[in-house]
Amino acid sequence: MSDPKEIPSVAHVEGSGIPVHGNDIDTDQIIPARFMKVVTFDGLGEFAFFDQRFDDEDNEKEHPFNEEQYQDANVLVVNANFGCGSSREHAPQALVRWGIDAIIGESFAEIFAGNCLALGVPTATADSETIETLQSWIEDNPDGDIEIDVAAETVTYDGRTIDVDVDEAQRKALVDGIWDTTALMNSNTESIERTAAALPYVENPKVQTGRSDD
Amino acid sequence: MSERTLYDKVWENHKVTTLPNGQDQLFVGLHLIHEVTSPQAFGMLQERDLEVARPDLTHATVDHIVPTSDRDRPFENEAAEEMMAELEENVRSVGIEFDDPTTGKQGIVHVIGPEQGITQPGMTIVCGDSHTSTHGAFGALAFGIGTSQIRDVLATQTVAMEKKKVRKIEVTGELGDDVTAKDVILTIIRRLGTDGGVGYVYEYAGEAIESLGMEGRMSICNMSIEGGARAGYVNPDETTYEWLEGTDEFEDDPERFEELKSYWESIGSDEDAEYDDVVTIDGSEIEPVVTWGTTPGQGIGITEEIPDPESLPDDKQDTARRAQEHMRVAPGDTMEGYDIDVAFLGSCTNARLPDLRAAAEIIRGRAVDDSVRAMVVPGSQRVKAAAEREGLDEIFTEAGFDWRDAGCSMCLGMNDDQLVGDEASASSSNRNFVGRQGSKDGRTVLMSPQMVAAAAVTGEVTDVRELPKVEVKA
Repeated sequence: MSDPKEIPSVAHVEGSGIPVHGNDIDTDQIIPARFMKVVTFDGLGEFAFFDQRFDDEDNEKEHPFNEEQYQDANVLVVNANFGCGSSREHAPQALVRWGIDAIIGESFAEIFAGNCLALGVPTATADSETIETLQSWIEDNPDGDIEIDVAAETVTYDGRTIDVDVDEAQRKALVDGIWDTTALMNSNTESIERTAAALPYVENPKVQTGRSDD
Repeated sequence: MSERTLYDKVWENHKVTTLPNGQDQLFVGLHLIHEVTSPQAFGMLQERDLEVARPDLTHATVDHIVPTSDRDRPFENEAAEEMMAELEENVRSVGIEFDDPTTGKQGIVHVIGPEQGITQPGMTIVCGDSHTSTHGAFGALAFGIGTSQIRDVLATQTVAMEKKKVRKIEVTGELGDDVTAKDVILTIIRRLGTDGGVGYVYEYAGEAIESLGMEGRMSICNMSIEGGARAGYVNPDETTYEWLEGTDEFEDDPERFEELKSYWESIGSDEDAEYDDVVTIDGSEIEPVVTWGTTPGQGIGITEEIPDPESLPDDKQDTARRAQEHMRVAPGDTMEGYDIDVAFLGSCTNARLPDLRAAAEIIRGRAVDDSVRAMVVPGSQRVKAAAEREGLDEIFTEAGFDWRDAGCSMCLGMNDDQLVGDEASASSSNRNFVGRQGSKDGRTVLMSPQMVAAAAVTGEVTDVRELPKVEVKA
């Protein structure tokens, strides 16, 4: 994975939708802290929205992530300030492991959107009316096809194409397949060293980036 | 775009290059790590056969899962023990300094950095924790990152970021009695919204901010993220330098202090700096603030009425209705008299020495109400030791508070310190999200340490200014 050529372009995402309604849905709701007592992200998918989906006796509550018709969905449609609060990457990791490949919403918290980008998950935005219309359409057409064109910043469903916004850096990173920043940045060793050397508080400007030999 | 602000200057001198995706690559001066968000990043590094670039600029502590009582190893909770052991192995294998509980320096990551003087003005600081904004109190550019970004920083000591706009928030005037930094930041978030800061960093300025000590400034910068701003800062001044001069980093090295001070003095926002937005708030009008809902933006002055959802903007009504149902509060009431079951004094927002002193001042000579379980969780082992030297522990324990060890504790309920069932807490922490304190039916009311102390002794949300003074025998 450290070779940038292996990172796929995410220019298109296509599939069926799943709506989750509500503003200010924080990352504690997306993945409660008690499920973060793990040292890998594996297996987080089943805990996505856990406390919204199950009561104290683990009985299912009403939630889109529990509903049969959405089990194959991969395009999540949400409202404003989605993913606010804790920086936990466990939140998008849980959504991705549940099956989500792209999110369309009114707005996203910054750290959450950045975490999504690091996983190659587009976060496209549109105004509240557009989002609500799309959410209602999905509820009526749970098997309906939704196509996100990241490069063109459009979403096509129900025979119509609507404009959405994808942050410029995110769009370029996804479309060009340069969203994995480790490899991208690791090639700039000399510039990193130069920057560090010019900072008065960095005592030892020697930077040892690169792969280990063993 | 902003010009000649601290943000512009620190961004510029840490910028390595502009990446092909349009983001800037920034050098990271200090990378703080803890046990919850770093193990996966170390795992990713291993998968790619990459080494940690700058262990010397990386610093670790344990705070999120660590028990706040009975810390004998192995920890009773197996998952906690596993996370602790994983961190120990990761830091040991690459030689990262680790403030574990045996060092006497362990504590919440946003308390220990400033305490030891490793948090400094004009630095870039990152940590896999959204409250990294706290370090902005020192004039550092500090922000929370996700685990994939931790991997980036471990591997390269750099991070990919997009430059944001700068909003100056000027808090004018003098704060009233028992009005604290916490009340100021809750007021700012209420005014600008929980997403008002998306796309911005916040520069806090004005008389009410400048007159605060470093701890108060940290409380304010800490909750920038609750207002949607990934970073917030205060320009460094004499208060900042005085703090730094007494820390581990500089107390024996006056030369280095003077040398760096001239750098620190150079990175503050210029008089004629340009901002993308300026907001002014009259600090003298702020009263003690409590939250009535389930987002930090749902706050009111203690004497104010809980709003009718109908009176709010359209996009806030639904959230407000659900919040009022969860909290079991009604429009038109005040929060005064709201029964509480738990008093939590702790967190990276409000668990430093002056916070504990101020709360102890209220507690002295009183007892915790019978209906309340109350706990103090100092922000660090050093805060705890300093408080004990002053006898604060005795004031708290005599009143019926539990006096615990340092950690994040009930702020996010990852260790055993949790709300049970539908308990309501008076909490000095930063998030009142549903389920945040460990129980999905739990109810959190955010407030200042003084207000938590007042609620603890009365068993209900109380205006600390109205609490009669207790005569204490000398």
